Amino acid sequence: MSDIKNIFDISGRAMASQLVRLNTVASNLANAGTVSATEEEAFRSLKPVFATKFADSFENNGVSTVDVVGIERVNRDPERAFMPNHPSADEDGYVYRAAVDENEEMIEMVEASRQYQNNVEVISTLRALMMRTISMGK
Amino acid sequence: MNKISAHLDFHAQALALRSRRNEVLASNIANAATPNFKARDLDFDAEIRHHIGAGPLRTTDDQHLPTMLNPVRDRMLFRDPINPSMDGNTVEMAVEQMEFSENVVRYQTTLTFLNRRISGLMSAIRGE
Repeated sequence: MSDIKNIFDISGRAMASQLVRLNTVASNLANAGTVSATEEEAFRSLKPVFATKFADSFENNGVSTVDVVGIERVNRDPERAFMPNHPSADEDGYVYRAAVDENEEMIEMVEASRQYQNNVEVISTLRALMMRTISMGK
Repeated sequence: MNKISAHLDFHAQALALRSRRNEVLASNIANAATPNFKARDLDFDAEIRHHIGAGPLRTTDDQHLPTMLNPVRDRMLFRDPINPSMDGNTVEMAVEQMEFSENVVRYQTTLTFLNRRISGLMSAIRGE
């Protein structure tokens, strides 16, 4: 990854990471009600893995941003439900519900969007400061 | 020329340091959701004293090369969390937002000081 040069790198990449997080929440919620025939096929919720990315140069010591280094499935067993009339039920009449906790996803969504807003706020504040600095002495 | 730069020097240094601190606080806000991230900050008072005390190395011979190096660049500290979280992250949004907005106001104050000094110089030059 390229080095962190300025505020647009710091907050911009953090916003991109939060957006990945919001996308995983969206796909988890979209798959929340699905059922499947086998335990292996059942949907398990996806979680992005965040990692701090520090600036490479010594000049920028202490400056860092965040990157998504991977998206992982949570290790959670899908719920087994007895639905013998369901078309994808197995021979015993069971289906497997997606392992998604809706409450957890909603909290994740609210938190991600708040942190996204915080980063937007930082960028717009510092951009205004830059504009005022450019017109210094006028 | 030297006197003009000396006239502006303190606020110029302060502005650079404020801008740097803004970047550090923005890094903290960016990492609000990263496990094990430790929030950082710099002690503005100590840094400005250091920056003012330490200028470029003095040259006593024509063959000496002039330097603009500061002996030690800003020392980064770690924030002491009030409510440490389970994932080892020490970013507290309330604290960071408060520090950030304070720093922005102080940046603007320094900028105003600089502008006033420049316009003072300008009116002296124009002789109006």
